[in-house]
Amino acid sequence: MADEKMKMVPTRDGFGEGLLILGKENKNVVVLSADLTESTRAAWFQKDYPGRFFGMGVAEQDMFGTAAGLALIGKIPFACTFGVFASGRAWDQIRVSIAYMNLSVKIAGTHAGISVGPDGATHQALEEIALMRILPNMTVVVPCDALEARRATVEAAKIKGPVYLRFGRAPVPMITKEEDSFSIGRANVLREGNDITIFACGQMVYEAMLACDELKREGISARLINLHTPKPIDRDVIIRAARETGAMVTVEEHTVLGGMGSAIAEVVAQAYPVPIKMVGVKDKFGVSGDPEQLFEHFGLTPKNIVIAAREALQMKG
Amino acid sequence: MKRPNVLELQKKAIGIRKDILKMLMIARSGHTGGSLSAVDILVALYYYKLKNDPARPGWKERDRFLLSKGHACPALYAVLADKGYFPRDLLWTLRRLGSPLQGHPQMGLSGIEISSGSLGQGLSIADGIALGARMDGLDIRVYCLMGDGETNEGQIWEAAMTAAHYKLDNVCGIVDCNRLQIDGFCCDVKDPGALKHKWQNFGWNTIEIDGHDIKALMDAYDEAQGIKGRPTMIIANTVKGKGVSFIENKVEWHGVAPKAEEYEKAILELDEALKSLK
Repeated sequence: MADEKMKMVPTRDGFGEGLLILGKENKNVVVLSADLTESTRAAWFQKDYPGRFFGMGVAEQDMFGTAAGLALIGKIPFACTFGVFASGRAWDQIRVSIAYMNLSVKIAGTHAGISVGPDGATHQALEEIALMRILPNMTVVVPCDALEARRATVEAAKIKGPVYLRFGRAPVPMITKEEDSFSIGRANVLREGNDITIFACGQMVYEAMLACDELKREGISARLINLHTPKPIDRDVIIRAARETGAMVTVEEHTVLGGMGSAIAEVVAQAYPVPIKMVGVKDKFGVSGDPEQLFEHFGLTPKNIVIAAREALQMKG
Repeated sequence: MKRPNVLELQKKAIGIRKDILKMLMIARSGHTGGSLSAVDILVALYYYKLKNDPARPGWKERDRFLLSKGHACPALYAVLADKGYFPRDLLWTLRRLGSPLQGHPQMGLSGIEISSGSLGQGLSIADGIALGARMDGLDIRVYCLMGDGETNEGQIWEAAMTAAHYKLDNVCGIVDCNRLQIDGFCCDVKDPGALKHKWQNFGWNTIEIDGHDIKALMDAYDEAQGIKGRPTMIIANTVKGKGVSFIENKVEWHGVAPKAEEYEKAILELDEALKSLK
């Protein structure tokens, strides 16, 4: 799918790089891992800063509680595991021991979405955006490439309060550049357009770019917005898009129930209602398969985005 | 620290029990049994061992006390008010809209170190504080009070492994073993078995005592501080509802408050107990 010339790097690598920057910049940053140290790239930090790394074994609930304690005494803990185990297994610990106390624990959920591939449903996190954004005080960030992942990681450390960072396993095209602006909570308009707006997060931003190219060939001018922060959501950008383009498509590697698309719909429905079509996993668990097959299987390809855009435009009338 | 007179602390404990009952009677809801069972554990800690300063609740070098069994917060609130962390009048606002004395503890009230109430979470937090303190060379101790019913929670045992693995000798846990949980006697609901042996097998130093014996509690806190290289768990055998005959050992008194007449009767009993102390 990806352009041959584009550099391909997993967002979890960007996270690992971000941790290395933080390791150097801020002595209070510590890292915890629930027996997935290499996979989450926490190992990069562990190698350089062994005294600030804590292996917690296969014990996510305890890891997030321990991270809360470290935050209470002034550390900035990054607690790492797969997205499923972070957001699901330890949800009540994150709710009570972290979010309720508004502690500066940074939750790194890697291996998100169906791009995990063959490991199947138990390891394919499709619910974290929903599970995390409903918690008061929580910030949720879904970077689209490794550079954005690195910047989100570094910026997360500066935020007072908990942050959930969603990363993927598979290499994805590097689409942002150092000179691009990035700020948690501020969506990036990647392409201007007047007929329709496409919102995407994570690796779906690239797929949405391809869809915009196709729409352009069909004479449809699509605005493309990288909504890397589902919470706190950039209301201004969304409402402006509703006013100026009058129709929307949301694209996420996540269930369509409660995710980024729902968050956008909540804003639009209450501020400036326009038709919205949602591209995402339709209330299903994942399955084993190669990532590319799975994107086809669940209808998360540029083709699906184009179809959704045509439907939204029809609804717009 | 110089040891306080045991008799004085016993009197103090009776006063705390009276405050708890008044708070609950006024609030008309709350956890009576498990608050009363924890009183002596708290009194021995707060009036003897815990390095703290009510005038400086954010003092960096204070010892930390975490109430993992958050439902026993009336006992902690009564102690904190008596210590001067906040005005005593606040006690009578327990569980009311706008009161900082929430039904389960919420951080923000002076002296409350963590929000709690969902069981099983305190010990992990204690471990984290202890790890961070060690990194910073802070000479502090972290105390965490749990219930025996609470040890049904798996996270407690994850935290037990963490503290032993990281040799957190600055952590001191206390299990308030009042033998009852909401559904009945712990041994009938899901028998926790010999808790002392369980903690030993998890690598902890363990001390088993009568959780209403102030002197034994002070001795246990001292012993725990002297143990190096591993955490200590104090198994404190207690009576749920301790101090009021008709509340003691009654499962139905887990989560209900005394009515006015029950309160009067309880206060009479506690005043009698105060008179008979020598």
